[in-house]
Amino acid sequence: METNTVSIIGKKRAGSIVESTARVIFLATAVVAIVAVLSITVYMILKGTPALASVGVTDILFGTVWEPTATEPHFGILYIILTSIVGTALAILIGVPVSILTAVFLAEVAPKKLAAIVQPAVELLAAIPSVIYGLLGLMILTPWMYGLEKKIFAGSQTHQFTGGANLISAVIVLAIMILPTVINISVSSIKAVPQQMKSASLALGATKIQTIFGVVLPAAKSGIMTAIVLGIGRALGEAMAISLVSGSAVNIPLPFNSVRFLTTAIVSDMSYSQGTHRQVLFTIGLVLFVFIMVINLILTRLIKKGEQEV
Amino acid sequence: MKKKIVKTLAVTTALTIAAASMVGCGNSGTADSNADNKASGDTQAAASDSKDAKDITGTVTMAGSTSMEKLANSLKEAFGAKYPGISVTAEFTGSSAGIESLEAGSVDIGNSSRELSDDEKSQGIVENVVAIDGIAVITDTANDVTKISSDDLAKVYTGEITNWKELGGQDEAIVVVGREAASGTRGAFEELLDIKDKCKYANELDSTGAVLAKVASTPGSIGYISLDVLDDSVSALAIDDVEATEDNIVAGKYKLSRPFVMATKGEISEQSEAVQTFFDYIQSDEGQEVIKKAGLILPQ
Repeated sequence: METNTVSIIGKKRAGSIVESTARVIFLATAVVAIVAVLSITVYMILKGTPALASVGVTDILFGTVWEPTATEPHFGILYIILTSIVGTALAILIGVPVSILTAVFLAEVAPKKLAAIVQPAVELLAAIPSVIYGLLGLMILTPWMYGLEKKIFAGSQTHQFTGGANLISAVIVLAIMILPTVINISVSSIKAVPQQMKSASLALGATKIQTIFGVVLPAAKSGIMTAIVLGIGRALGEAMAISLVSGSAVNIPLPFNSVRFLTTAIVSDMSYSQGTHRQVLFTIGLVLFVFIMVINLILTRLIKKGEQEV
Repeated sequence: MKKKIVKTLAVTTALTIAAASMVGCGNSGTADSNADNKASGDTQAAASDSKDAKDITGTVTMAGSTSMEKLANSLKEAFGAKYPGISVTAEFTGSSAGIESLEAGSVDIGNSSRELSDDEKSQGIVENVVAIDGIAVITDTANDVTKISSDDLAKVYTGEITNWKELGGQDEAIVVVGREAASGTRGAFEELLDIKDKCKYANELDSTGAVLAKVASTPGSIGYISLDVLDDSVSALAIDDVEATEDNIVAGKYKLSRPFVMATKGEISEQSEAVQTFFDYIQSDEGQEVIKKAGLILPQ
């Protein structure tokens, strides 16, 4: 692109220097992002695969015994993978309906004054550091959950009491944490539905609620899907908050079991681990990385599809 | 819009600060000032001070216990700031490997988080105990069990005892809280009770603070922490009728404690000037303060 650019501000030469410098700066900043993504990908693959080779792919991915520091170490992360999948799915199952209904409320139903209070509250929820969620979960949610656990498993000889740090606690914290992400994006996509569509529906005799569920939500579908996928990404990648409420022992992801997620597995062991143990942590990172990549691919697909529809 | 962002930021900052101070409280307040009676190396330290610290050059290399990583690194940092001419390097290969390196002569100091064996001592290795690590076993304050035998404690952690009533307490399930697999505290705890790799944890938390908070807020829970962070939010159990106090640990009565040894080949006085300076520093008030800050007990 060696075309002569002419600036309307100042002389031609001065203008072209500014133009070319700007172009170089933009290019450089764009390169930073690309280099970052590429190097992270390469690094994760380089660091994550050696353990797969030395321990064995099936032993790691489908093994159920996690004893990294035993004299005969086992590095099975199947339960950890399952926990991340089950935990994220349940959080989405709880969080998404709440979020979408809140978004509808904010965008369509709520009186302006009330929306002016709720909307900043939701935004503030997004700004709260995740460790605070964990702290509150630890102090408020888990004692309450322990009461429930004691009632359900009263007299049980086989159940290991976890003190309320279990899958459900983690799911509840995650569900609350994805609320702002899903709500904010859903609100914008609902607000972007053209007024004519709503007017047409109302003019045909549909009630406001019928319009919302029959016209507005289907029209905002792709935006809401994007919101959900971003919510999944957030839930899958969260570590700090759930490390405090999930118990972090490696178990089958059953509601009242103490469980460990992919993220918390890395966080909890990284500082002291060494040798193969550390390599396996990178493998866990690679698994997580692949999950996040898949989710992002789905996201870009959805956005493209949305653009085609509009 | 801008105003809103500012408001949000302000609230967030306030929350963060509040949280930080909340977390912070747990760790302070234990570094009591009993430094006076322990300053055995005062005169030596003063001597090397007068010689102008910056003139001494040399290297100090050490290898050994991973549990001593925190101690070794904080000593290295503080020492390096005072004696810039001496370079200290530390590797963390495990206690036995550290002593082997020392025997082979590849390092100046072998770090060991256990007492040296007679065999090692017969090789001319000298045991210099620089600090003692103590582990307190804690329960929530409402628990009326105040002592436990080390056998029972091992059974609790291996899942053989699951209710406090078996230990003379209330009918309350035991919630077994511990640290993550690679933790030094966990390694020491399991080693001292001889239950390595046999523990059945309901909670594997990744910091001492988290264990403290979890045990404090969960009725019927049991956990272990470094003795230095013990506070009033939990109660410590006596092990085999011995209270978890500094005095008992120094006297060697308390089971859950271990020495941190910086072993040398031959007496300290036979070492290079740099190594001698390093040990002088450890014995000085400053060095003792570093050890206390690392959460350890000073040997008598």
